[in-house]
Amino acid sequence: MEHIAIIGNGISGITAARHIRKRSNKKITVISSETDYFFSRTALMYVYMGHMKFKHTQPYEDWFWKKNDITLKKGFVKQIDTAQKNLIFSNGEQLSFDKLIIATGSKPNKFGWPGQDLKGVVSLYHKQDLDAIETYAPNNSVCKRAVIVGGGLIGIELAEMFHSRHIPVTFLVREQSYWSSILPSGESAMITHEIKKNGIDLRLESNLKQINSDANGTVKSIVIEETGEEIECDIVGLTAGVSPNIGFLEQSSIETNRGVLVDRNLQTNIKDIYAIGDCAEQRTAMEGRKSIEAVWYTGRIMGETVAQTICSKETPYTPGHWFNSAKFFDIEYQTYGWVNSEKHKKPNESNFHWMHPDQNKCLTFAFDKTSKLFLGINTFGIRMRHEIFNRWLNQNKTIDYVLEHLEIAHFDPEFYNTYYSEVLKKYNSENTKTLRLKPKSWSQIFTLKS
Amino acid sequence: MKTIRTLGLGLLLAVFAFFMSLLFMGHYKLSSATFEHLITQNNISSQVFIKTMKNSSVDYDFSTPFYLANTVAEAVETANAYHKENKEWDQVIWSKPHSLAYQIVKSSGQGIVVQNKFLLWLLSFGLAIVGALLFMLPAINLKGPAGIKNNHIYHSSATNRGWIAWIVFAFLILFYLVLYFRPSYMINWIYIVDPISESLSGNPASQWFLYGFLYCVIMTLMAVRMYIKYRHNKYQTLRTTSVLFFQIVFAFLIPEILVRFEKPWYDFKNAFPLDYDFFFSWNLNELLESGGFGLFILVWGIVLTLVIVPVMVYFFGKRWYCSWVCGCGGLAETLGDPYRQLSSKSLFSWKVERWLVHGVLVFALVMTGLTLYGYFSETYKVLGIKVQTLQDVYGFLIGSIFAGVIGTGFYPIFGNRVWCRFGCPLAAYMGVIQRFKSRFRITTNGGQCISCGNCSTYCEQGIDVRAYAQKGENIVRASCVGCGICSAVCPRGVLKLENGPEEGRIGSPTLLLGNEMDLMDQLQDK
Repeated sequence: MEHIAIIGNGISGITAARHIRKRSNKKITVISSETDYFFSRTALMYVYMGHMKFKHTQPYEDWFWKKNDITLKKGFVKQIDTAQKNLIFSNGEQLSFDKLIIATGSKPNKFGWPGQDLKGVVSLYHKQDLDAIETYAPNNSVCKRAVIVGGGLIGIELAEMFHSRHIPVTFLVREQSYWSSILPSGESAMITHEIKKNGIDLRLESNLKQINSDANGTVKSIVIEETGEEIECDIVGLTAGVSPNIGFLEQSSIETNRGVLVDRNLQTNIKDIYAIGDCAEQRTAMEGRKSIEAVWYTGRIMGETVAQTICSKETPYTPGHWFNSAKFFDIEYQTYGWVNSEKHKKPNESNFHWMHPDQNKCLTFAFDKTSKLFLGINTFGIRMRHEIFNRWLNQNKTIDYVLEHLEIAHFDPEFYNTYYSEVLKKYNSENTKTLRLKPKSWSQIFTLKS
Repeated sequence: MKTIRTLGLGLLLAVFAFFMSLLFMGHYKLSSATFEHLITQNNISSQVFIKTMKNSSVDYDFSTPFYLANTVAEAVETANAYHKENKEWDQVIWSKPHSLAYQIVKSSGQGIVVQNKFLLWLLSFGLAIVGALLFMLPAINLKGPAGIKNNHIYHSSATNRGWIAWIVFAFLILFYLVLYFRPSYMINWIYIVDPISESLSGNPASQWFLYGFLYCVIMTLMAVRMYIKYRHNKYQTLRTTSVLFFQIVFAFLIPEILVRFEKPWYDFKNAFPLDYDFFFSWNLNELLESGGFGLFILVWGIVLTLVIVPVMVYFFGKRWYCSWVCGCGGLAETLGDPYRQLSSKSLFSWKVERWLVHGVLVFALVMTGLTLYGYFSETYKVLGIKVQTLQDVYGFLIGSIFAGVIGTGFYPIFGNRVWCRFGCPLAAYMGVIQRFKSRFRITTNGGQCISCGNCSTYCEQGIDVRAYAQKGENIVRASCVGCGICSAVCPRGVLKLENGPEEGRIGSPTLLLGNEMDLMDQLQDK
């Protein structure tokens, strides 16, 4: 029986294992040095905040793996012998495989800051990070202040976490507005406001210079590059992005760049060895997309794709239209297609932006200046249907069509107010048009066969 | 704000201590005139009982209601044992010992409590309401801006099966045991709601009036908490208003007012088989004797169960009842909301649930079938089973122990829907319709699920919502009561409760988890 070894029990590795099991009776071993069982990384924040226990982050009960004949092995792979098809563990153990999937995910970036490895410097990625945060910031008497470095999605989650335990937070963001490299300015300003509204000491255009230590090698304070200001703190969260976790491949013959280089079938330069998820890097990036995409969904899609290839249905990785979501304190965010920030805007991209007077909901539509083709939407504080936007993107609908039919993409709970007529009114007045909302029907939403 | 909160909690605890001490106040003296009156009223002919009572209780001064109640119950049991041995069937007292004891104690109260009913009501209920509001209202400010704030639920011993939870559990269990089986022990609580009962129905309060009143007060207060907690969520605020309205108006006010007009006590929203004694002969007789109005209730009750319930479940799912109308659901969604995360999500629990809840439904239907057969053929024994015994077993095991003692008592341990999930026969009936013939589903939003588990954690019915959401499948489950909390707590906007076409409602459509191949299939499908 063919033996499939999977290094990494995150969303990519586990999705691959489950789909291989669905399609075959191959022997499957999933290896992890992090935890015994698969858990949802994205939910770590909720454990610290007391919304959940750690076991709630595990999507499958413990019996699931045995029942599905998926062997879980705890251990750290030190080396891969590609010629002999053999894994060598840090404790000297060995495991041979017929096919290997590398799904080792990411590790937090550290940019050589003095003091970056002190006790009390944490990130938010691994289960071990959660344990460290619990140790260094259990409450606001042990931890008088937390400093977070890096203005991305993990940074704001960390801020919300400390805030939930009433620990004062200083949040250093390099840009002049939160996440402004990704979000158009109106949205970035709204989230910046949301951060401040929650009492976070947000420092824009601020970089970390160094982290100072006390006598025990624990964090004592940080210094800001621009102002030289020293801020006393008991924990420092480094959240300046992630990069592929592939250090253990240095000695192997597997070709790497920033990540493990893979072709469109997710295979590395060596036959029968694949890489998926955060650690995989496309040799040639797909049009309009990055060669490494460290998000949950792409990891899952790659897991599904590679499982098909391994089960003799060779399948290229075609992730479809981009989508993503996040939550910034109380504001939910979803995106479908591409809406670029001013910094990354394509020359032919035009935006239409609507904001609710309360400044907690807004929509931004991107469309082509000349053809008026709809390119994507960012939605804040309003839930929208994935399926509908996907369909509109596939069918090359125009921005006018999308705005007229917004009602059918509405996904907020029942009885919620809708704002689509106001959105359309603004669009009409900006573009001297007279578009009208089209009534919604179930058959449009669900594309019924009949 | 924090000070106000602490003050409220302090007041609440002090009032609670006072409320408990009320149980021991006053004294109890059964006058011979009252005794004679009760003897006649209850058709008691047992001389043994009358003699024992005269020797031990009548005109004696008791300092607690417990001793008097136990003396009466013992006298009943001694007398019955004697008559049964001598086969003097006409002298046996058929009332339950503690029901008779309750009547006697209720007529014997003296002193501070009976003389100051309204004042003591103000000092207990009145101050408790003030304390609860002082405790809850500051949350608007203290818990931050509107939004999901489930912070520290698993750090608090009240909501994570800690010592507070176990104390609340013990108190609730004791409360229900006393309510069902020793109502005379809480006679002083019943006295203080007498004035309210009299103003509504014209009669003094019973333990059921006390329970109904307490139920409404607690639901109202905990609804205030819901309004604060979910002030950003219109589905939740409307739903809370609806259950509160149906409890106060339909389950409490209308039945009491009906009694004032000498009509049968009836809760128009309480559908059979949850209302398990609707077809019991005493109820049928009472309805048939109440003229046109009784007949109307009879027809309404049958139409409600056979037509209205299934049709509504078809269009809206069982949520229209379970989390918008029902009294049990109403308590679960208000008082029980802090405990929703405690329901078990394991596959094992789901198996237990299916056996148990459908078992109770079958039990209720068999019992009712035999009851009706017995009623129309005028026999008390059907298939060799005494109908009365079957009714007593159901009433005791399901009606009292399961629905009350376990159903509410276990809130702090097994979550707020133990009864609705494992025991309610009406929920089982509606569940079958919801699963197989309904427009209701919880739609999963394409590929947006990140498997975080908030939805599963906060599902009061123990549904592993995430298991469906992460596969892009809709959630169609018999047990879902449509409370909408999974959708509320989802950080990525993945879940939406909706009523749509039946086609494509169930199963795993080639929904986009993002992979293009699936999408192509789906597009060709269109």
